[in-house]
Amino acid sequence: MALKSISKPLLYLVLIGLSLFFLMPVYVMVVTSLKPLDQVTLSDMWKLPSVLDFSSYATAFTKLTPNLLNSFYLVIPATLLSALLGSLNGYVLSKWKFKGSNTIFTLILFGMFIPYQSILIPMIQFLREIGLYNTIPGLVFVHVVYGIPITTLMFRNFYANIPDEMLESAKIDGAGFLRVFRYIMLPLSITGFVVVAIWQFTNIWNEFLFAVTITTSDQQPIMVALQNLSGSQIVQWNVQMAGALLAALPTLIVYIFLGKYFVKGLLAGSVKG
Amino acid sequence: MELNRTEKRSAVLPETKAKRNRKLTTDHLLALCFILPSIVLIAVFVYGFIGWTGYVSMSNWNTLVPDFSFAGLKNYAYLFQDYRFQADLRNTLVFTVLFIAVVVLAGQALAIFLDQKIRGESLFRNIFFFPMALSFVVTGVVWQWLLNPSTGVNLFLKKFGLDSMWYTNTDILAGFKWGKIEFGIPVAIIAVVIAAVWQMTGFSLAMYLAGLRAIPEELKEAARIDGASEFKVYRKVIIPLLRPITVSVIIIMAHISLKIFDLIYAMTGPGANFVTDVPGVYMFETTFRGNYYANGAAIAIIMLLFVAIFIVPYLISSRKGES
Repeated sequence: MALKSISKPLLYLVLIGLSLFFLMPVYVMVVTSLKPLDQVTLSDMWKLPSVLDFSSYATAFTKLTPNLLNSFYLVIPATLLSALLGSLNGYVLSKWKFKGSNTIFTLILFGMFIPYQSILIPMIQFLREIGLYNTIPGLVFVHVVYGIPITTLMFRNFYANIPDEMLESAKIDGAGFLRVFRYIMLPLSITGFVVVAIWQFTNIWNEFLFAVTITTSDQQPIMVALQNLSGSQIVQWNVQMAGALLAALPTLIVYIFLGKYFVKGLLAGSVKG
Repeated sequence: MELNRTEKRSAVLPETKAKRNRKLTTDHLLALCFILPSIVLIAVFVYGFIGWTGYVSMSNWNTLVPDFSFAGLKNYAYLFQDYRFQADLRNTLVFTVLFIAVVVLAGQALAIFLDQKIRGESLFRNIFFFPMALSFVVTGVVWQWLLNPSTGVNLFLKKFGLDSMWYTNTDILAGFKWGKIEFGIPVAIIAVVIAAVWQMTGFSLAMYLAGLRAIPEELKEAARIDGASEFKVYRKVIIPLLRPITVSVIIIMAHISLKIFDLIYAMTGPGANFVTDVPGVYMFETTFRGNYYANGAAIAIIMLLFVAIFIVPYLISSRKGES
């Protein structure tokens, strides 16, 4: 079907124009990161570098490597744990409904919309109490807890599509709660796990508020370190751009190779799915 | 094969039914046990902690040392008299309205464009989607550089006599006196809106595209057979059918914009004369840099109430739609 009132060439022109707008930051980021500092001036911003200079990458890499590692130590366990928890919750809330389970589900969902500022002060007090303040495990805990609503929602919607008859026949065969989960649900959940894992990986990697308030200096994940790069004396924009690219690379790579699942997660996360 | 076997067995043995019922109850108990930890975690760390924050917001804890003596609504009264918080309210309102308007319109328009059997559709889609995979911090850092006053974009605009200064501009458009502040549209906010739109348009585009693809082709055909022009088919049939998606997009974008922190913190900070300050940034600075815990908690509770106005009806209605 085509909008005949808009001619095709015009449509392409608009789309190409907008694409250029969307790609412009990437162009500037890459170009700036490849310039030596003395070429990084506001008036030369749009020009290509006269020589390729990778020194800003070297600087950014040495400065950010510890924080990149912190982020991986944070993201991997947090993603796995919250996906596992979400799949169990989603399984119960879709296939073992009990009285009030829909209300409980709604109450759980509310947790994904709250501004985290509204739980931050008690959370920091709590983490101090149990000795997890300023640690990566502390951040893992926080992300697993506040990941419950979204992962539960995604798995619940996902499992709702698995026909109840499949479970019924297994139950008649004598399979119980755990066996049904292990032998029927899990094998069918691979896509669900991929979608949820990508979503959680991206969100936790990109998260800033918890990271900046719960950790300091050498415990900080990458996004805080990136933000701190600009906080120091004169901003070296070429290093800053190289750092931004490094920080964005893991989620960008995931998006490039598994973008389809990322968009699925996005749609699944919008409640009505 | 598996299915055949079960069919036979269930037909043959009626007495297993009683056994099955008993088994179901123990299984239900087991199911409850598996979800209980999550319920407890949410009860404590969402609802309990919100209550605790509410309690802190009504205390005198405005120093490094916790002080839980009751202060009533003193901190709230202080905030609504506060120049910075009044500026935050103005900025949040302006930012939210502009941001949602552009994201909804651009997302819908782009989705309709991409639905015209375009060549290279997936390439375009990926270009519009990819910023969503980035952190608001990365977006903030890049756009801070991109919209730096006196750079490329601005040099270009200056030739037309426009000197925008972007986020360093302290002008308030259409301003009038309101409380302690000048109410209007801070020019600097527009810079932040541009960056936010760049990042989030892909989200609404994805939702509208999914919506468009879900509209049955027969519906459009029927309208066309009735003699409606292509433009009219969109205006009278398709766009009204997308309305539930618009509601979802507005609510999701509203809750993102009402609690926005990282983008603004990384890109501009509070700005001169608080032209780009928002409650999220104020809460962070006053609590963790200034040790005004009670004030910070009050800001957090106000943010939560704003978000709840949008989210609670949405959650209740989507639950009703299900049952």
